Amino acid sequence: MDISARELWTVIHGMTFGALFLLAFAGGLAGLYSLRPAWVTVEGLKERLSRLKIGMWVMAAVAWATVLSGTYIVYPWYRAAPPEGAADLSAFPRSLLLSSPATASWHTFGMEWKEHVAWIAPIAATVVAYAVSAYGAQLAAHPKIRRALTWFFIAGFVTAGVAGMFGALINKVAPVR
Amino acid sequence: MTAVKRAFERPNGSAAAALVAGGLGSFAVGLMTVLAEASDGLGSLLAFYKPAGPLSGKTTVAVAIWLVAWAVLGRLWGDKDVDFDRAATWAFVLLGAGLVATFPPFFELFAAE
Repeated sequence: MDISARELWTVIHGMTFGALFLLAFAGGLAGLYSLRPAWVTVEGLKERLSRLKIGMWVMAAVAWATVLSGTYIVYPWYRAAPPEGAADLSAFPRSLLLSSPATASWHTFGMEWKEHVAWIAPIAATVVAYAVSAYGAQLAAHPKIRRALTWFFIAGFVTAGVAGMFGALINKVAPVR
Repeated sequence: MTAVKRAFERPNGSAAAALVAGGLGSFAVGLMTVLAEASDGLGSLLAFYKPAGPLSGKTTVAVAIWLVAWAVLGRLWGDKDVDFDRAATWAFVLLGAGLVATFPPFFELFAAE
């Protein structure tokens, strides 16, 4: 059960930070959606809000950790250029994928999409975390703000989901070792 | 009663500022992606951290645009009520543009010759 440092960081990026964000989404969405005066008492609202505020900020922090670890730690290993004339490209995932028409799209579409769209997730998550903290219980009385935040939150989840899915698939085809 | 109630309510400007800035930040991610694709020179300039290549610069510039926009809009709208419907529409138009611009079949249309 050996695991290299690069594999460990890939796991931390995708299966720890990324997965945590995606898993926490359902709770955050339920929390936002249920902030309605008809559904909660004053005490219930207070109880939910403290959990929602903490949860949203944790999600935002995890989203930033995901994109930063991805861009500055794992991605350089992925895109490192092989030495001239290298026959074995297994240690150079990007070059390995581009070496064959059968696998090139994993990079030209999958990685190119993932590496850019993922950065929208932490921006969206931070916007939502801020607004939940700033408005607190008032969100229950402002359905327009709540609705806008909910859709921003969903957008963050979708972008993170795209990035996570392609990250997992690409790492199966051309793992970072 | 309304005046008393309003005294304890936070104006919607802060939320609008955060949303529009978030939309601008998302748009900036897409814009930087398209611009770097269109110009190899710009792509090289954006390699702030060489091992990560142009991605490091594209995203750093986009995050900077987001934060500056948030600071400016927050200052302008933070203590007032704004046309929230209009602000939210702009936020989502910009977010949508960012999502489109980061989609490879779109930004590759602008690939340098």
